[in-house]
Parts: sequence; structure tokens; C-alpha cells
Amino acid sequence: MSKGVAITGMGIISAIGNNVQENYESLIGEKMGIDKITQIETIHKDEIMVGEVKATNSELEQRLGLEANTYSRSPMLGIIAAQEAIRQAGITDINDYKTGLISSTTVGGMDKSEQYFFEYFKNKEHHHHIDGLHAGDSTQKIANYLGLEGSFMTTISTACSSAANAILLGARMIKSGRLDRAIVGGTDALSKFTINGFKTLMILSDTYNTPFDDNRKGLNLGEAGAFLVLESDKIVEKENRAVLAYVSGYGNANDAFHQTASSDNGDGAVMAMEKALKVAGLKPEHIDYVNAHGTATPNNDLSEGRAMIRIFGEGKVPQFSSTKAYTGHTLAVAGGVEAVYSVLALQNNRIYPNLNFKTPMSEFNLLPETESKEKVLEHVLSNSFGFGGNCSTLILSKEA
Amino acid sequence: MKKSVYINSVGSVSAQKTYDNSTFLDEIVPYEATELKVVDPDYKAYIPPAAARRMAKGIKMSTVSSQTALKEAGLENVDAIIVGTGLGCLDDSAKFVSDIINNDEQFLTPTRFIQSSHNTVAGQIALGLGCKGYNFTYVNSAVSFESSLLDAQLQIENSEANNILVGGVDELVDHHVQSHQLIGHFKNEPVTQKTLLSSNTEGSIMAEGSHFFVLSNEKQASTYAELKGVEIYNSLSLENLSSQVQSFLDHSDTELEAIDLVVMGNNGDSNFDGYYDSLNQGIFKYTPQAYFKHLSGEYDTATGFAFWLSSKIIKTQTVPDIVKLNSLEKPPKTVLIYNQYRGQNHSLVLLKKC
Repeated sequence: MSKGVAITGMGIISAIGNNVQENYESLIGEKMGIDKITQIETIHKDEIMVGEVKATNSELEQRLGLEANTYSRSPMLGIIAAQEAIRQAGITDINDYKTGLISSTTVGGMDKSEQYFFEYFKNKEHHHHIDGLHAGDSTQKIANYLGLEGSFMTTISTACSSAANAILLGARMIKSGRLDRAIVGGTDALSKFTINGFKTLMILSDTYNTPFDDNRKGLNLGEAGAFLVLESDKIVEKENRAVLAYVSGYGNANDAFHQTASSDNGDGAVMAMEKALKVAGLKPEHIDYVNAHGTATPNNDLSEGRAMIRIFGEGKVPQFSSTKAYTGHTLAVAGGVEAVYSVLALQNNRIYPNLNFKTPMSEFNLLPETESKEKVLEHVLSNSFGFGGNCSTLILSKEA
Repeated sequence: MKKSVYINSVGSVSAQKTYDNSTFLDEIVPYEATELKVVDPDYKAYIPPAAARRMAKGIKMSTVSSQTALKEAGLENVDAIIVGTGLGCLDDSAKFVSDIINNDEQFLTPTRFIQSSHNTVAGQIALGLGCKGYNFTYVNSAVSFESSLLDAQLQIENSEANNILVGGVDELVDHHVQSHQLIGHFKNEPVTQKTLLSSNTEGSIMAEGSHFFVLSNEKQASTYAELKGVEIYNSLSLENLSSQVQSFLDHSDTELEAIDLVVMGNNGDSNFDGYYDSLNQGIFKYTPQAYFKHLSGEYDTATGFAFWLSSKIIKTQTVPDIVKLNSLEKPPKTVLIYNQYRGQNHSLVLLKKC
């Protein structure tokens, strides 16, 4: 049995594209998706920049054949991404093998709940959104669209590491034989709730975010849906699947330092990367490229940078970049978005630039890649860290 | 060879007086209500008052139930913390939304937003213990707790961890109750313990609670039972339900006749209790039957109460009269829990005496 778990399909909708191809073209074309907010009415609209999906709710509804205002935005983004992933994998009957859906989200249907929170008690018009708040609702809606029946289904919410953990769980369930196929990823739409929440934490940048730059001012929030199809060796062989890449390593640890901040030395991040390398059976020097979490908050980039130096050694950190400057921080989905980008990097032997970088950080000698580069890649490491001390690392590899 | 999974301890804060592990439903809290709050333990014995003041109820309840479970298992730390919660610390989320609307997005403070993050409880427990191990939070409605159980089972079976703190928690929040009463998910007229199942009205009775357990690869003096199987189904039709239960039992190498007690999630919702009735009058007609939501109330992680109840039943080898759904009796060695919510998110959990 091979060590890695095969990825046979992927789908994404983000600020830099409505499908995988568009996302890749933006990445190598150095096209950012960060702009002023247009889909949400907020008093902070002139002070923040966001990574919005370039489609109105009615455009998304039309694409899915939905009546106006039936779903909140998160399930729509999730359905679009999951459908693309299923299509690419070549799945025609979703129930032909033991299939599970593992999604992730932080806000679920909050965009609608915050809109009708008090109105529910005045008239019945939007009562169908009442049950749309809880995180499992978007997952059930994705399952219904995919036609999943009697299947394993769950949702993970570990803040900004959620989708990485969905991928980790899917890989573990396939390895242990609990599932033959796992559709894994996440979906999060922008909401006033998160905009105002991050505003109170004072970690939102008022301009384009600049990961790993000494003058970084904070993050730009983003939104996205991103899913991967993981399949067992049995399916790959029987159905003659084209394997895009393999999930070869994964690690999950807790920083146990502070509810919202990372420790100065990145203990949790170090442990997550160590575990992932161990599961993959790789040494740090085998990693060809790191897609960093790199949110551009003062705290994350310092902590993550130090953790990378601890893992790889001073002067030995592999080429790395954060793609948050393109997409913004898509919260629960970040690990999913970046897993898709990591697979694309492996497929195309391409490293993405860390846009907006100008000044090296004073605390250490780390320079992210600033230009799109061709390089033969075998193993890519992707980090995702979140509130609550949650740290996760994935390793994606060309060969099993 | 897959390792066995033992339930080595329990901790419960619920609408009954369950926080004291030396008792077992000795006194029942009566009610006539549309919602049920937990019987509060003495939080001060567990949490410094200054810290407790701004602490979400979900964190408070979970501090007590997780510490109770750790103490009974004789552990100071664990290899992993896995928490299920349908809605997280919902009271803080609801207040943050209200503040956004009422104050037009101004004068907001971060505490409510921070506690709104679904993984707050798992993060706070890790912080309290200094536990840097695996840390997960599942948020899938009525199978949030079962997702945690399943993850823990996988880890222990595959030798990824030895001792895991697993739990489920949800809060009772006014806005949630009132808005869901509008759409028939919760009852508008009060019920009592005795009338919940016979109310013949739609919806259930909303409640709250927190349950934590230590699952381990090693049996010890405090062990309650062995966890033999967990399965989750996003949807099941009434027609397929019995065959799905049968196939779950086959997979767990357990004969239907070997089930000594089924613990059913009946919640008095006239639209959906048919799932339980079909099993009770069908394949489990000759099996002793129990229920629990007349004691715990309904919430996404109410099955934490069922897991607590089943563990206690197996350890004490007694089925309290108050939970019996029929008059059949067998020594409770093998117990099956079945739950679903509004026809979705079905789960089966199998426990055995060891």
C-alpha cells in the first residue's frame, strides 16, 4: 500500500478566479483579487480591503439554478467548488463507493442571520434562513447537491486551520479503510460578523496585505470555497484515475499559548510541521517549497518564520511564499485554497510569488520568493494556523 | 491488530444533577417548560471568579465536565482533545450580532467575537492543561459529538494516541430558542418529563449541556465500558433504516439478539419520532428500550448525555426506571444508541461491558 492518499479532483472559487484554471492563471499572472468591498454594506467599507469572489449572490444563484435568496453565500461557494472537484475526478455516481463529505467553515450562514436577526420576529419572509446559521447546514446543502445518501458527513471548525484539518481527516479515514473516497475542503463567505470581529482585534490592514514584510499592517479578509477529492488506491486502480498529487503528510498540534495569538517561537507550528514530516517519512531537506500561512499580521508571520527556521535550520529554509496577498485570508478555507495551489505548483513545477513584499523582517533573515519561478517540485509543505492555538500542516507530493 | 477503545471516565453537566459521578439519577429535576437549563455545579470550585465573569457558559460547563473526567481517569494531561459542538459559544455570537446591529458596527469589543469561534472550548481546555497535542472541533449539528467519538476511535485503534479527552457541548440561548420556535423546531407549549413523548406536537424541548470522557487504549479500575462502534449517516430513509442498523451491527460483529438495551433519541417531535418508533416496533420489538431526552432535553450534542447514560448503565449494571421505554429487561452488557435530528444526521454508537 502506498503511503500517500491520492488526490483525483479539485475545485475552487476565490477572489482570483471562479475555477481551478482561472485561479492558476491569476497566480502566475500575478493578479491580486484584493479590492474594496462591494457585496456587503458595512460602515468600514472605506477602511478595509477584501478578497471577494467576483460574483453577486444572484449570479451564484443563477449558476446553481436556485430561486433568489434561498441559500446563504457559504453553501453556494462550497457547492460550486465541490462540483468542480467531482467533475475533474470523473465521478459519475457519487454513491458507487463508500464516500464521505468533510467540510469546514467558520461562519456558516452568518451573512443571512446577521441580516434578518431581528426581522425573523416581525415577518415570515426569511424564516428559511433561521436554520441556515449552524455550520452543518452548508455541509448538508453540499451533500444534497452532490446526491450523497446514507454517507459519512461532518464539518470541522478549527478557525483558520479548518480545511487543512478536513483534508487531514479525509486522508486518515481513507488510510484506515473507513472510507474509499472523501470529498474534503471548506467554504466561508464574508460577513459583517467577521469583518467587525477582526476589526476589534485590530489586525485588519487598510491596504493590500504584505506577508512577511517588516512593515506589514495586518490581513485582508477573503472568501472562498475549495474542495479536493481523495480516493483510495482501490478506486484509483479500478477506475484508472489520473492522480493529480498525493497527500503524503499531515500534522495537527496546539500551540496552547493564547486564545487568539501564536507563541513567539511558534511551538504549535513546529510540532505540526514535525508531525507532518514524520507521517510522510520525509526529512526537512526534502521539502522543495513552502506555501506559508503568512497572513501578514505582525504576530503570525513572526511566529511562523521562527518556526520555519526551527524546522529547516538557519539559512536552510526552502523557497517559500504566502498567497494571501492574492486571495486575502479565507479563514476556514485557507488550507483548502492553499492545498489546491500546492497541487497546481506540483503539477506545473511552479513557485508563486509572495506579492507586495518589499522590506525583509528585522527579526530574522528570511526572504520570500517575489517572482513566479519554474522549479522541479516533489514535495510541497502547506501551513494553516488559527485561533484557539490550532496549527496544521499538510505535505503534498508528486509521487506516492 | 486494531486496539480496543475504553471509556475510562465521564464528566457531565446537564439539565439533571449529573455533575457528581458518585450519584446516578438518584433525584430527578421535574419541569414544566419549553426549555431546560443545566443544573449548575459550583463553578467557583473549578474556575477563579475573576476569570468566570466574562467566560462563556459553554466554557464554564466544559471546564467542570472535562476536569471531572480527567480526575476520574487519574490523568493530568492527554494526548488529544476533541470537542463536538453544534453551535459553539452561541450566546456570545448572538450578542455580538445584536451589538453589530444595535450599535451600527461601532463600539464593539473582541471578547464576544473571540468566544464565538467554534473551537473556543477545545482551545481553552488545551490552554488550561498546556496540552499541545492533537486538537479538533467538529460542528456538524446532531453528529458533532459522534464525529469526535469516531475521530478518537480512529486514533486509538491506529495507535496515534493513548488517552484522549472527548466531549460535546452546547448552550441554551434565547434568540436561538425563540427563532426556532417560529419554525416549529421547538415546542411553543410547555411539556413535562411525562408528557414530552405523548405531546403529539411538532418540535422538541431545547436544552444545553456539556459531556466529556476520557477514551483510552488501556483498561483500568475506573473503566466504564468499551466503545465498539460509531457510525454517522447524513441521511437515511425510513425504509432503509433497519437494514442500515443491521449492517452496522454486522460490521461490529454483533448479533441483533446480543443487544441488551437500545437507547433512543426520541425527542417528542411528532414529525420525526417515527424513526425511533419504526425500530422499536420493528427489529427491536423484543429488546429492552430506553430514552433520555425527557431528562436532558434536545440540543446538538445531547447524545453526550446518552453516552454518559449508557456508560453509567453498563458500569452499574442498572437501568434506572425513569429511562425505560418498555418493560423488557436484560442485564445491560451491550448497549446501542441511535439518534437522528429532523430526519438527518443519524448516528449509531455501540458500547459493551468489558
